[in-house]
Parts: sequence; structure tokens; C-alpha cells
Amino acid sequence: MLGLEKKDTSLLIIVAILTMCAPFILNPFPADSAMAQFNAGYPDLMQRFVIFGIFAIGFNILFGLTGYLSFGHAAFLGIGSYSAVWMFKLLGYNILPGIFLSVITSGLFALLIGYISLRRSGIYFSILTLAFAQMSFALAYSVLTPLTNGETGLQVYNSDPQYFHSDAMPNIPHLFGQEMQSTYTLDAGAWSFDFNTGYYLCALIMLGMFYIAIRIFRSPFGLMLKAIKTNQTRLNYTGLNPRPYTLAAFVISGMYAGLAGGLMASMDPLAGAERMQWTASGEVVLMTILGGAGTLIGPVLGAGFIKYFENIFSKINDTVLHQWFAFLPDGIEDFLIAIVHPFVGKGWHLTLGLMFMAIVIFLPGGLVEGGQKIASKFRGKKAKDDAPAASDTTPAE
Amino acid sequence: MSNSNFTRRGLLKTSAMAGGALAMPTIYDGSVWADAHAGYLNAPTGSTVTLGFNVPQSGPYADEGADELRAYELAVEHLNGGGDGGMMNTFSSKALQGNGILGKKVEFVTGDTQTKSDAARASAKSMIEKDGAIMITGGSSSGVAVAVQGLCQEAGVIFMAGLTHSNDTTGKDKKANGFRHFFNGYMSAAALAPVLKARYGTDRTAYHLTADYTWGWTQQESIQAATEAMGWKTANNVLTPLATTDFSSYVAPVLNSGADVLVLNHYGGNMVNSLTSAVQFGLREKQVNGKNFEIVVPLYSRLMAKGAGENVKGIFGSTNWHWSLTDEGSKAFVKSFGEKYGFPPSQAAHTCYVQTMLYADAAERAGTFNPCGIAEALEGFKFDGLGNGETEYRAEDHQCFKDVLVVKGKDNPTSEFDLLEIVEITPRAQVEYAVDHPMFAGGELGKCNPGA
Amino acid sequence: MDVIILQLLNGLDKGSAYALIALGLTLIFGTLGVVNFAHGALFMLGAFCAVTLQKILSLSFETIDPTKTDFLGNPAKIKTPYIESWFGPELGSSIIDWSVPLAILFAIPIMIGVGYIMERGLIKHFYKRPHADQILVTFGLAIVIQEVIKQFYGANPIPTPAPDAFKGSFDFGSLLGFDPNVVIYPYWRLVYFFFAALIIAAVFGFLQFTTFGMVVRAGMADRETVGLLGINIDRRFTIMFGIAAAVAGLAGVMYAPINSPNYHMGMDFLVLSFVVVVVGGMGSLPGAVLAGFLLGILESFSSMNEIKQILPGIDQIIIYLVAIIILLVRPRGLMGRKGVMED
Repeated sequence: MLGLEKKDTSLLIIVAILTMCAPFILNPFPADSAMAQFNAGYPDLMQRFVIFGIFAIGFNILFGLTGYLSFGHAAFLGIGSYSAVWMFKLLGYNILPGIFLSVITSGLFALLIGYISLRRSGIYFSILTLAFAQMSFALAYSVLTPLTNGETGLQVYNSDPQYFHSDAMPNIPHLFGQEMQSTYTLDAGAWSFDFNTGYYLCALIMLGMFYIAIRIFRSPFGLMLKAIKTNQTRLNYTGLNPRPYTLAAFVISGMYAGLAGGLMASMDPLAGAERMQWTASGEVVLMTILGGAGTLIGPVLGAGFIKYFENIFSKINDTVLHQWFAFLPDGIEDFLIAIVHPFVGKGWHLTLGLMFMAIVIFLPGGLVEGGQKIASKFRGKKAKDDAPAASDTTPAE
Repeated sequence: MSNSNFTRRGLLKTSAMAGGALAMPTIYDGSVWADAHAGYLNAPTGSTVTLGFNVPQSGPYADEGADELRAYELAVEHLNGGGDGGMMNTFSSKALQGNGILGKKVEFVTGDTQTKSDAARASAKSMIEKDGAIMITGGSSSGVAVAVQGLCQEAGVIFMAGLTHSNDTTGKDKKANGFRHFFNGYMSAAALAPVLKARYGTDRTAYHLTADYTWGWTQQESIQAATEAMGWKTANNVLTPLATTDFSSYVAPVLNSGADVLVLNHYGGNMVNSLTSAVQFGLREKQVNGKNFEIVVPLYSRLMAKGAGENVKGIFGSTNWHWSLTDEGSKAFVKSFGEKYGFPPSQAAHTCYVQTMLYADAAERAGTFNPCGIAEALEGFKFDGLGNGETEYRAEDHQCFKDVLVVKGKDNPTSEFDLLEIVEITPRAQVEYAVDHPMFAGGELGKCNPGA
Repeated sequence: MDVIILQLLNGLDKGSAYALIALGLTLIFGTLGVVNFAHGALFMLGAFCAVTLQKILSLSFETIDPTKTDFLGNPAKIKTPYIESWFGPELGSSIIDWSVPLAILFAIPIMIGVGYIMERGLIKHFYKRPHADQILVTFGLAIVIQEVIKQFYGANPIPTPAPDAFKGSFDFGSLLGFDPNVVIYPYWRLVYFFFAALIIAAVFGFLQFTTFGMVVRAGMADRETVGLLGINIDRRFTIMFGIAAAVAGLAGVMYAPINSPNYHMGMDFLVLSFVVVVVGGMGSLPGAVLAGFLLGILESFSSMNEIKQILPGIDQIIIYLVAIIILLVRPRGLMGRKGVMED
């Protein structure tokens, strides 16, 4: 189907089902229960899952296939966001021009930065991309404030021109009148599920991008990229110049990042300079490695993993802990809270760091490998059912 | 916690309420909103109401965020009738009764802003979308405050700013749903200038080191204008990158520039490091133009001043509030905070506590949680007894106007908290400005957004 | 002229911090081939050794002074450090005053120990793994280390002053014939520079003139051959990891008075030190030192007002700009060896 092999088609279908049913899957706990803290099915986080998924898929096209580790990919995310917000400011809140421009500008920047950085390989390449991104961040934060609104972040003001904006249109990002933040909440007994326009738009785009990524992975071009990763010298000896291929991969992944940035701005019309900082670039590297570099689904899982920790664990405070352990006798309750306390709330970074270490030590191939291990244990005994990671995953190599 | 009202506190409260009602003939009439328990975002339906406390829990301002969180927890305890009631007893408005807000028990959710606009908005959004928070408050920097304020305006909840000092928060980025109790760069400058004039004379030349982002610029602009108005000259203004950790190369040329005062428009970690560098270079022992060289830190934070250790001694600055104030409100707050946590509250904690009280009181007076009703109740609201003397929430820009403290690093601290001494309490009239003042021009409040 | 001398001094000072960290990083790259993202955390741990020793020395007992009151109006508790009651107030307070230099002695064994445990417990298992995995695991470790420090010491910077003897600044100008107060430089920063020079010289001397160092250098050049000669190179590399950790830690100890340490200071230096190492050239120790000083000096000069007026914001990007130019002109950095981390 769609020019894909059977295995890839089923992967795509599974991803499609997962993303479409995400509002159910991510909200497994009743809204009023103590475990509701772990529900992730609210619009903002779901949007972030798929947007960072797009970002990581794109990054993986470069890193997973060619092995070039860019440490400055967040710059394209930031540039995409700024372009989109500028379109909102100048033209109006319809998100199409913004998304379009964000892909174009980030593609252009990727072409420029990639052309220069790809003259070097290995860690030298990483540092070149890092340097470009850090320069973009520093300038956006200070000198370029007229363009970027510096520390505060670029926002849309009522006084902005917005030439195509009419009073009939919503005053927040929309797609031909469909507001991105409009949410339909379905209450089913104790459960409640949010269906958000913005999320479904992002999810559809992510599916499209995922499809394109599969096609790239399976195409002769993708094969060429893998050849570059495996042995560039040998490729040179065969008389092929790998540079145009790597540059194409770099630009494509830059455009993915720009698209993610544009979507981020469309879901929440603000573009901050921190999006370009090295920590943000590092985050996408971590997402990809964590999920499983070079696999199709890995980066999306990694993105979900990190964003989940950032948004869910940081919100667990002592009051919540008391609720959880309230059924226990006082002494044990306090003891348990004292143990859990350093790992949640303001300590969420600690948990994240420990998880990084645990995953890379015990699952060298990332979450995907973990999924495969689980799957192989279940295989034969029981059909693969719940665990999303256990679903059919396809490493590239 | 006690359910009975036959306590000393309950009695005090009842009588105080009666007094308040008599003393204030023009009590705001919230009856328009009275039965409006629907028609706005996250209208509380059960017996509880959820507030969102969005503070930095990681990154350089994590300790300040932790102090804000303590203040919020204390405020919630007091609102729900626990503890000794703190500033609820001294607050001039007596609408709050210690039974939550509008009879609903106050609950809260917390989040981590990471002092990044993006993360702060994500955290605030999850509070609004997932936890049904009806109000967002907190924060320790202006970038975050402006970003979250914008979000709350779009989403349709009230934002009660925490620590944010940039002129822009209630200047060009002001929003109808956003309110700021904290003071700003202009007020710092207006309060400091007369004190500096009295101490250092009118014939001075200042050298500014300014953090290179919006807050730094607005503060520098304010200080320069205020000091030049009293006859000082400005030798130079050097912008320092936010990420600077070693300020030596910015401090080194100061002594040869002909300036005799160094103004450090830095906050937090930047302030600690630049002040440490300046003191290391021995600037304060030097004589320039026949006068002692002086250093000024316009915005002080006691928590951060602690990081600079001995270096703050004798250095002037301004602050929104300090625990050594002796008015009834401050004393009540320091007492209940100190007894609960064992140390005095910071100015960040104070402003956050006050913002929560003001919100609760406004809801109580408006008779609704509808953001538009609350905004109406807060606009032009005059109050007292919350530690800053008589204060007014100006309707036009949602900025609080009140006295500003000029402080000095204490020469002989008696404890680890006793770092600053109050030099002067500059009256409100001196720090007030017109709504259309050029430093605040450019934005508009817009209309309040109830979100539904 | 005076400004240039001042900025040169600043540059040397900044450069010595960069060079020390980069030196340690390169030792690890060069010997073990591991990308150590936790190196900044080691620097931070060093600074917190100074903080910890200061805290230990000023451990106090409390006595209640009924004549004074604390902020709540209760009788005040007066803290007296044990050390002052043991050695008398004068000697006691001067021991506390000298806690940072004393922390050097305290830090060396601790940091070597930390390095040894890190290598044996964690890094060892990652020699054969891709660099990406090394980055992930050491980055995770860096987060864990700094969060643990945050749990104990909070997020605020902690003042760790230098001994009183080093307060104030030295008037260079009067030596060179300038007016007084024109070219002054703080004593402690001068100490830092000489200390860094000493450590760098010691590391080079160790590698150059001892048998141990010779073997390590041989191992860096060709690990297999050295192994075939029957030398246990792994054990020596482990020791080198400990030494690299100690170098980073000492850089941190001495840095504590310059900027009050806080838990994320390592992350502030991490990216910068990687840039320094790569500009210097992967696997080259002299390259790392050279690049450290070069970038330090350039950074200082770019923050001069005269230059900032022409090119606003140049001080924010100079390091990255120079890194790009150098890497484009010299493919392997200033003194990089062929084939190290190029794939």
C-alpha cells in the first residue's frame, strides 16, 4: 500500500491508530483518581508529543542514516517558529502561510549552515553546527531583538498589521476558521477525553512526515545515506561524491525541524530564543538516541519519553504524594514520601538523568530494543497487544 | 484545622469584618457577577477551586522559586482557615473568611517554569487544560512573566505575576487578564535617585553594566533617566551577555573611564558574579575624581545577595519588600512564615503571598471566579495592611502603586538573613508615573477574556 | 595601551580556566577515546569541594544569647565554629579564612577517587560503544551529579571567598610607568593564572619525563602495540582518568572565589570547553591549552567597548565565530591528529 512494503505499511497503520486514539490511550486513569496525575492526554502535551516527534523524525534522517551528529538542530526549530509568528503578525492568524514560510526559511538556513558544516565530519561537524546554533541563540536573545523580541519571545500584538485579518476570524491561530485551541471534551463516566483540533492537525502532519521518512529510508537515496554512514572512504573510492547526498539529508532534516517550529508557533503563538539554545539541540539528540537512532519509530518514542517526564514528573509535589500514600499508616507514609520526594517535582531532572543512564546501559539500542526484547518474550505465547513500544518496530540496520 | 468558628481568630475576623464594612462606604458591588458560575473557562463546579503555581524549580532561580512555593502553600493554608491567618488579619479588605474562596476549598497544582518562556507556557497550559486551574501565578523573571501573561490572556484565566521587574510587564506587554503587584524598573530608579543624590552628591559620573535582554535595558534606561535628571553624567553603558559568568573583562575598564559610580543592572546569578568581580578588582577602595568609588545594584534580592557574601556591604539598591519592616502586615507575615519554615520570607515570597490573597479577595468581593469579574474587582482597588502600606491596583495598566524600599547591604549583619537594612521608604507619590509615560508606551490592555 | 594590557590579563585568566578544563577533557579523549559530557560536572564538584571544606571548618555549636533576639523575637542563637573554640578565635578564624587553599589538599584525593570510580564503574563499559551512547550516558551522569549537589546545597550561588591576604588588587601600572590605578588586577586572579600554569606544566612534565607518562603517550598513539608489548595499558588509562578528574577538580577549587559556585556551573563551562578542545584539535594536549588561552584572550578583547561599538553583540558570539573560522581553515583544529573522532 502507498508504495510501502508490508512491514512498513503495518508500522504506519499502527502509528496512525496510536496517534488517532492518543486522547484515549494517554488518559487511562479516571479524571478524579489519584493516578490522574499520570494522565498525559491534554491538548498541550499531546501536541508537544507529535511536534517533537516530527522534530526527532527529521533529526533521525540525518543522524540515523548518515551518522552525522548535528548539535545545532534547534536553530532550525527556532527559525521556523520565528517565521511562523512573523506571518501571524503580518498576514493574520491563518496558520498555513506561517507553516509554509517556516519550512522554507529553515530549509534555506539549513542549506547555508549545512553547506559550510558538512565540509567537516565527526566531532568537527558537531561543533560547527553547535557554533552556528549558539550564535543564532545569542544574537536572537540580544542584538536581534527588533526581529525576535529577545528574552520575552516574539508575540502577536493587537497593533500588528495582520493584513488579511478580518473581525469575523478568530483572534487566535486557526486554519480557515478552525481554531487550533478548540477542544471537545468527552466525558465517559469517570473518564474524560480531550479532542483538540490542533492536536489532530499536528498528528496528521506527523503521519505524513512519518510516511515520507519511511519512503526516504527505503529509497535508493536512503541507501546511499546508509552507505555514507557505513564507510565514507570506500564510497569516495567508487567515484561517488557523498557531499550532495549528506547536504540533501541535512536540508531535509532542517526542514522537518522548521516544520516542527512552525507547528509549535501555530499551537501557541509565541517564539522564544531558548528554543535555539544548545540544551534544546541536545534534547533532540537525546530523544533520538534514547528511542533508538536509525530506527523509524524510535525518535518518536524518545520524544514522547522526555516530554512526558518534563511535563508530568515536574508537577508531582508533596501534596500529590500525600494523596497517593494517604491509605498507608502515618509513619510509612512519611517514610515513602521522603524517599520519593527527591525524584519528583523539582527533582524531575534527577529522575531523567537516571533514566538516561539506565536506558543506555541496559538497552544499548534505545527504547526500540527494549520493545523488541519484550516482544520476543511474548512472541509465541501471546499476541502483541498493549505496550506501544512492543508493536512492530523496524530498525534500519 | 478547625471547623468551628468559635476561636479567637474567628472572633477577630468577624469583628474586623464589621469594622471594614463600616469604614468603607464605597464597597465594590459585585452583584452583577453574583450568579455567574458558568460562562467562563474552568469554572469550578465542585467544592474546590484550583490555583496554578508556576515557579522555577530547576535552573538558577530554583531557590527563589522554592521560596515562592512556600509562600503559596502558606497562603492556601490561610485561605482555607488553617494556621494563624497571617496577613488576612491585617488586610484592609475583610471579604476573606478563612473558608476558602467563595466557600470553595482552595487546592493547588505546581509546575516548573525552568525560567524559560517555552517551558513556563507549557507548564501553565497543562495547569489550565489538565488540572482546570482558574488562575496562574508565579515566576521569577520578566521574560517568563510576559510570556505566561500572554498565554493567560489568550486562554482566558487570570495571571497574577510573581517576581517581575521589567517595565514591559505592565508597559508595552500589559494584558487585561494580567496583574502585577511587584514594582518595576522605573520605580526603582525614581526611589533610588534621591537617596543616591543625598549620599553621593550631584556631581557624579555613572558607568552602567547592563544585562543584555529586555529587563536589563528597561532598568538601565530608567536609572539613567533618573540619575541624569539630578545632574549625574553617564560615562558609558556596556551590555553584557546573559550567559556571562566571568565579568572581569567588563569590570576592568571601569576605573579608567572617568566614572566614579558603577551601576550593575544585573539580577540573580549575573548580579552575584558581576558584583563579586567588581569587588575583587578593589573598585570600592579606589578614589576617582577625588571621590570614593561607589557601586549601586538597583534591584536587590536578599536570596541572591547571600551568594555575593561580604561583597554587598554598604551597597545601595531597592527592593519590593523586606522582612525587617515593622508594619502590622509585615510582622504578621514574617511571623507565620517564620514559624512554619524557620527563616524569614524573601521579597519573592511576599509578593506571591500577597498576589494570592488579592486574587482570593477579589473573587470574594466579585462573587465569582469569572476573570472579567475579578479584573473589575481588582482594577482601581485600594488596600492596606499587606506589608507595603497603602497600595492601589491602577485600573489603566494593572500595576500596583505603593511605597518603594531603598536598602543598603548591612555592615554588621547579626544573622545569615540579616543582609539588608532599610535606608528609606520612598513614598508612592515619588515613584508614580503617567500611564502613557514613554517608557511604558506601546501596548494596550485589550479586553478581559473569560475564555468561553 | 592600558586597556589592552588589562584585557590581555583578563584573557590569560579566562584562558587558564578554559585550558585546565580542556586539558582534562583531552586527556580522556586521547587516552580512552571517550566523549565525557560529565567533565563540566567534575569541575563543579571541585568547586564544591571548596564549599564543603569551608562548611566543615565552620561547623558550629549554638549558644543562646538572651540579650539579642532573632527575626521572630525569640532569643537569638549565636553560632561559634568548633574550630574557633579549639584553636582560639584568631587561629580558628584564619583557618576558616584559608579554606580554599586548604581545599586543594582535600580535593585531590576526592577527585582522583571520583574519577577512578567513574571510570571503573561506568565509562569502562562504554569504550566499544558508539560516541552517541557515551554522550548520552555521561550527560545523564552529569545531570545526576548536579542534581545531587542541588539537593544538598540548593540552587543559589554560595560565597566562597579567597583568604584575606589575597583581597584587593595589584597595581601593574605603576610597574610599567602608568598612572596609579590604571592597570590593576586582583591578586586572586593572578594566583589562579600561576596555579593553572603550574598544573599544566606538571601534567606535561609528568607525561614527558616519567616512564609512566611515556607509556601513556605510547598508548595514546597506538594502543594495540603497547598492549602487545605486555603492558597493562588499561590500568594506566584508568589512572589517567583519575588525573584528568583531579585537574578539572583543582580548576574548580581555585575558581570558587572568582565566582561563587552553584550547581549548574559545570553546564555553563561544558559546551565552551568542548569548543576549546575541538578548536585545539582532537587528541592534542598542547592544542587544548593553546586554544584555551587563545579563545580566552579573544573573548576578552571582543568585550572591549571600542569593539562592541563597531560590532554590537560580538562578545556573545566571538568564540563560536572563531571556532567556525579555525575549523574551516584547519580541518583538524589547531594541532589535531589525523583520524581522531572524525567519523
